[in-house]
Amino acid sequence: MTIEEIQNEIVDEFSMFDDWMQRYEYMIELGKSLPLIDEQYKTDDNLIKGCQSKVWVHASLDGDKIAFTADSDAIITKGIIAILVRAFSDQKPKDIIEANTDFIDEIGLKEHLSPTRANGLVSMIKQLKMYAIAYQTQLK
Amino acid sequence: MINVQEIRKDFPILSRSVNGKPLVYFDNAATSQTPNQVVDVIVDYYHNYNANIHRGVHSLSQEATDKYEAARIKIQQHFNAAKSHEIIFTSGTTHGINLVANGFSALLEKGDEIIVSALEHHSNIVPWQMLCERTGAVLKVIPMTEEGTLDMVTFEAVLSEKTKLVFCNHVSNALGTINPIETIIEKAHAVGAAVLIDGAQASPHIKADVQALDVDFYVVSAHKMCGPTGAGMLYGKEAWLQKLPPYQGGGEMIAEVTFEKTTYADLPHKFEAGTPNICGGIAFGAAIDYMNSVGFDTIATYEDELLQYATEKLSTIAGLRIYGPNDHKAAVISFNIEGIHPYDMGVILDKLGIAVRTGHHCAQPIMDFYNIPGTVRASFAFYNTKEEIDILFEGVVRAKNMLS
Ligand SMILES: Cc1ncc(COP(=O)(O)O)c(C=O)c1O
Repeated sequence: MTIEEIQNEIVDEFSMFDDWMQRYEYMIELGKSLPLIDEQYKTDDNLIKGCQSKVWVHASLDGDKIAFTADSDAIITKGIIAILVRAFSDQKPKDIIEANTDFIDEIGLKEHLSPTRANGLVSMIKQLKMYAIAYQTQLK
Repeated sequence: MINVQEIRKDFPILSRSVNGKPLVYFDNAATSQTPNQVVDVIVDYYHNYNANIHRGVHSLSQEATDKYEAARIKIQQHFNAAKSHEIIFTSGTTHGINLVANGFSALLEKGDEIIVSALEHHSNIVPWQMLCERTGAVLKVIPMTEEGTLDMVTFEAVLSEKTKLVFCNHVSNALGTINPIETIIEKAHAVGAAVLIDGAQASPHIKADVQALDVDFYVVSAHKMCGPTGAGMLYGKEAWLQKLPPYQGGGEMIAEVTFEKTTYADLPHKFEAGTPNICGGIAFGAAIDYMNSVGFDTIATYEDELLQYATEKLSTIAGLRIYGPNDHKAAVISFNIEGIHPYDMGVILDKLGIAVRTGHHCAQPIMDFYNIPGTVRASFAFYNTKEEIDILFEGVVRAKNMLS
């Protein structure tokens, strides 16, 4: 599936819920399915510095696609990164670089993109794209 | 007896809703809300007498100057300073601390020691570290105990003839601990060291008497005591303020300027370079009037009632730990629930319309001491109610169920 198709699928899933509690509970569930980063990669180098919760991301190249694994010490943050990893993992660098993240807004999680949340989400998206840029140069 | 329902009418913001729920504002330690009586003064300033002070001969300037200086006297009386020129208007606590730390660059030598408490806000740590870098002075720490109080035995051991300055908050923002500043001041003076007390968190709860305390410097922010942001005061004993060199150069702070030599203005203007936050200073005075009209004794009694009520209620939640002492503390509850990240708790409480602070509260050394990423902090003001604490309690239980 393309990034856009996956994002549409996520938007569809979230549209089943009519209140925030159900959305959050679902997000927490998704967090549990996150492809967890291997302990050896849980290093300071892979740490994204959000002010309040920690996020670790690791990227590796699998053929011409990038696979992401991640973790966080806060479960809501973990839910959000699970959604991002699902949307961006196993995709080509070029597609990751070009993808937009408007679907976060559509599933009612826009507030998490606010810089005052200091949850590292904005930096996390930036980081995923940085990895994509780095791998793209490597692939060329 | 406090009439909270009447008081709440002074704060229109308290009746708004957030995320579809009535707002419960428990982030008072970060900033307090502003009553109509203070907002009216701000509006009146801009509607009727906005002008630069201490400069014009025209009537508006005179009126603004009079009101600004009257606010200085209100602040002086509130903190019981001996002289009004011992009150320096600042932009807040952080500014006051930096002003003193900068001044001490001229007074410290390599090998001198200065002492900080382990319970400080970053504002009362970083400027002193910078001072040490500039002068070669050494920073010593009064450690904290598991209970969240200061280890006074070690304090006395650290204190010596080399100690030039001790700085500590009156009330800890992260835990609410009321520190034994009387003892700290007395012991520090016994070795000839000056003392700066950060009163940012104490000022909304405790009326400090700087003369009775015999403190050398005391700093506060207006926005923690029902005033506007960007205003505050530094109290300094006259002798110390005379000894310290000016912090910033500019207009207002000079007596005479030639290219050969500038002479500085007298106190307090020596430390008030540039056009100040005139409206903010005047509104700060109004905030002090407002708080005194409610009465600090009334505030203390009522907030204590809220604190006891909240402590008892929250303590019934399994796995909940409150950090900091049980008594002798300000109306602050800093807590965590086992296995739940404070950030997650804060996000869910926000969804329920409850504003609390989560994170390290700009006091990372305290979090490191407990080996936690942060806490959830609910901080109360005299305009909060027990019903709001019930809402917090239910919110915490609900969040706990969702998150564990
Ligand atoms: C104990 C303490 N010191 C200093 C500050 C800094 O105050 P301001 O940001 O108003 O300068 C705060 C504010 O949170 C505080 O709680």
